[in-house]
Amino acid sequence: MIESGNPSLSLMTPLVGAAGIVLCGRLPNLREAVTLVTAALLFYFTMGLMPAALSGEAVRVELFEMVPGMPIVFQVEGLGMIYALIASGLWILNSLYSIGYMRGNQEKHQTRFYLCFAVAIFGAMGTAFAGNLFTLFVFYEVLTLSTFPLVTHKGNQNAIQGGRVYLGILASASIGLLFPALVWVHHAVGHVDFVLGGILSDAGLPNWSLALLFFLCVYGIAKAALMPLHRWLPAAMVAPTPVSALLHAVAVVKAGVFSVTKVSVYIFGYGTLGEFGGGDWLVYMAGFTIVTASFIALFQDNLKKRLAYSTVSQLSYILLAVGLWVTLGPDSEVGQFALIAAAVHIPAHAFGKITLFFAAGSIYTADHKTEVSQLKGIGRRMPWTMGAFAVGALAMIGAPPTSGFISKWFLLTGAWEAGSGFAITIIMISTLLNAAYFLPVLWQAFFCKEPEHHDDASSHGSHDHGEAPWPIVVALTGTALLAISLFFYPDWAVELARTLIQSQS
Amino acid sequence: MELMNWIDFHLPALVVVIPLVAGILTVFCGKRSGPWAWSCLVHGFVFAMTIRLNQLVQNLKLLPVEDGSTLSVPTHISYFMGSWPRQWGIELRVDALNAIILLIVAGIAFLTTVYSGKSVQQEIGSDRRNWFYTVWTLTIVGLLGITITGDAFNVYVLLEISSLTIYTLIAMGKSRDRRALTASLKYLILGSVGASFILLGIGYLLMITGTLNMADMGESLRALENPTENRTLLVAVAFLLVGLSLKMALFPLHMWLPNAYTYAPSAVSALLSATATKVGVYMAFRFIYTIIGPVFSFETVSSSELLLLCATLGILVCSYNAMTQDNVKRILAYSSVAQIGYIVLGFALHTQMGVAGSIVHIINHALIKGGMFMALGAVVYRVGAARLTDLSGLGRIMPWTMGAFTAGGLSLIGFPLTAGFISKWYLVQACLEAGRWYLVVALLVGSIFAIVYVWRVVEIIYFGQPNDNACKAKEAPWTMVLPTIIMIGLSLYFGITAEWTGGMSEATAQFLLTEFEGGMQP
Repeated sequence: MIESGNPSLSLMTPLVGAAGIVLCGRLPNLREAVTLVTAALLFYFTMGLMPAALSGEAVRVELFEMVPGMPIVFQVEGLGMIYALIASGLWILNSLYSIGYMRGNQEKHQTRFYLCFAVAIFGAMGTAFAGNLFTLFVFYEVLTLSTFPLVTHKGNQNAIQGGRVYLGILASASIGLLFPALVWVHHAVGHVDFVLGGILSDAGLPNWSLALLFFLCVYGIAKAALMPLHRWLPAAMVAPTPVSALLHAVAVVKAGVFSVTKVSVYIFGYGTLGEFGGGDWLVYMAGFTIVTASFIALFQDNLKKRLAYSTVSQLSYILLAVGLWVTLGPDSEVGQFALIAAAVHIPAHAFGKITLFFAAGSIYTADHKTEVSQLKGIGRRMPWTMGAFAVGALAMIGAPPTSGFISKWFLLTGAWEAGSGFAITIIMISTLLNAAYFLPVLWQAFFCKEPEHHDDASSHGSHDHGEAPWPIVVALTGTALLAISLFFYPDWAVELARTLIQSQS
Repeated sequence: MELMNWIDFHLPALVVVIPLVAGILTVFCGKRSGPWAWSCLVHGFVFAMTIRLNQLVQNLKLLPVEDGSTLSVPTHISYFMGSWPRQWGIELRVDALNAIILLIVAGIAFLTTVYSGKSVQQEIGSDRRNWFYTVWTLTIVGLLGITITGDAFNVYVLLEISSLTIYTLIAMGKSRDRRALTASLKYLILGSVGASFILLGIGYLLMITGTLNMADMGESLRALENPTENRTLLVAVAFLLVGLSLKMALFPLHMWLPNAYTYAPSAVSALLSATATKVGVYMAFRFIYTIIGPVFSFETVSSSELLLLCATLGILVCSYNAMTQDNVKRILAYSSVAQIGYIVLGFALHTQMGVAGSIVHIINHALIKGGMFMALGAVVYRVGAARLTDLSGLGRIMPWTMGAFTAGGLSLIGFPLTAGFISKWYLVQACLEAGRWYLVVALLVGSIFAIVYVWRVVEIIYFGQPNDNACKAKEAPWTMVLPTIIMIGLSLYFGITAEWTGGMSEATAQFLLTEFEGGMQP
């Protein structure tokens, strides 16, 4: 048997699943069964890593050396565990949703779709459990490449254009900025292992190099969508909705913020970051992104675009929290709140945003509507969908009883104690803006009358549609319930996040 | 056992002599597929011999020799042609550096020969096929010979053999495109200038040292007093550097390369891109590192700044040029010049990491570019040409070939899990070690340009609509697909684990820097 805390099974499962998907390519039902079973198994195996992550006594799994002296290493720890859990857990619901969506919309190349999905999850798992920066970089790129065919799935001019922006920004940033940062760390320290408290403190780098290095890392990880490197996210919305949902609300963007957090905690460490004011800088950049992206979201009529900009803004909450943590310092009681906020916001936002995307896709499947202005009265036709949408919207705003409230609570506590007027102002403005761009959608959906139809040709079928296919409804109800449940049972995420602190002090 | 020992002993000579004789015999193999089959056999055999030769060089470590009272580990295998002593005869000398280059040249020669069968059948008239393979084999003999010989004049002779045959091979592309003739002529003129420069350089070295044996040459140069005052030596270094740069197509002496690669027959492009310029780099290693000594040639003459400048400009300018081309073969040709820039960058940094990066990239780039040119050759075979419009929509029609091409492209960019990533890992590290961060910037800008020129092609392959010719096409024959996949597959393998390539390059770099560093201090 494999010892506890060994993530090998979690890494192998999606790959084996991918092979299975290819083999069953000609039998759609069997192929989808393979996807679902793989996802379930993956979640089960990942859950099994929980005790090791909580106790902080996970084994270090060293595979072969890619370059002499530079092994591929995996190690389970709290932050990665949170990310892995949501990625694997939501993959189950997402697969269910995909089945409904892909069949409902009669998409082509479904085998390629499920294959790339499985490989992308493999990349996400590798990123989550990476034991050194090198491994993280490798899997980060696996995730970039494997999602490209998903983004461009439709193969039309729009998709090509979107894919170009997507890959162009992500690949250029990671190869042009993150890669030199990786080599630099290796050159300065001699290894790139993740160690709580950071490894750069003894490297003797001057402050300006540390600042530059931090800059390279934060912008090199363009998946975190810090402005101005956020353009890929709206561009990637050309993808089919399940892709937007899991990859651009969960796996890809969370890989970004997760990596930034991981690098901040495990490579730089509090002391080093504090020395050159990296925290303040991050707080300001994230604050700017939060407000600006929310403003842009306000003016998007395309529902998925609006969600995309909302994601850009929400991701920066996590970066803001990391920045606050640095400003506060690990010794202060409240500094911990900021780091917990960062960690907890990963699942909190994931549950809410995936629900919103599922709802958007559900509307598209049932009625082929993509714009916010077309949604008048749709709440009566699709009560489940729009009900879930409401839960997701509340999570984004941060209202109880949803997941968003938990992380915002931690974040505000941290900001308050830090006396950071800037952060508090940002959070308040952003909350108002969130409400301003989500509540009108709900208002239209539930309280406006459906407009009379004039010409039947352009809106065929829109008179007599009800809910989307059942797999879609089950999936989005499930994620909405998750978003609510995190409000009542946030302990697992908080406990995992606490492991980052306990071993630190 | 007797026989095996005999072969082991004569192996350095056999590696050259067997293909030389067999190459000439190719003429008599008929006009059908005989010459091809015979060449496959010959190059397969030569490849096997170079593998054995590598083993022998590796085994040297295990056999310390008693040298007076101290134990010393021999670093090379010497073979004296006709048993003539080194002052008069020709010495063949295999050490850690050229053993690996021999392996690459022979291995790629074998794969491209297998690959060439169908493509040559289509592109070269059947009345000339036996001649084509004769010339082809002689090219490879020349390249192997340059690599294995320990005699400076012999280098020149073999260089001329390989160059003249390469001009011929390129010109044979004329039945597909008449511009092959002018491309060949241009290369002939520039190549001859380069070769004469090398000859002059060797001549001056002979004047100073009185010997043509490279090892002796190096020794007496190291014993030289006041080398900085010695004008003859300075001139020799200058001639050699320029001549070698021309041969390896270092920017801005690369003007012959894009046309030559574009209009040559497909198989020839694959062979040249993977071996010819690499052997040029090898010659530079041999002359600069083991004969003249890096300290003198880089620091005293301060050529390293000049080489770094050329390499950097080459990376930037040629990667940029590659973005603007419409013929995919030409995109790859410009990219090749840029990649030579990467190789020379590591070479001129003159640190262990740099040299290791340079050697790793020689191996990796040979596999990548060779494989990609092979994939394009398959396109030419099925569709008729290799412009961007010809590749349009081929992703469905030729999935294996285009998959290999795409994987090669990712490797050029330097995505992790591809060989290109390993090269960049070494090179960026070397630049940082040397404290030259601006080189890192150039290197990475080159990579980002590579994203653009690779992705332009990839987009067209997978999202374009096939043209009329492409609609009638199907996957290339397996003799073309299999070697392509082996090359690209190897490059991916060496990207996933570079324990062998990286470890060996580091060891070779250490050997080059410690073994020959000693003398020639200013």
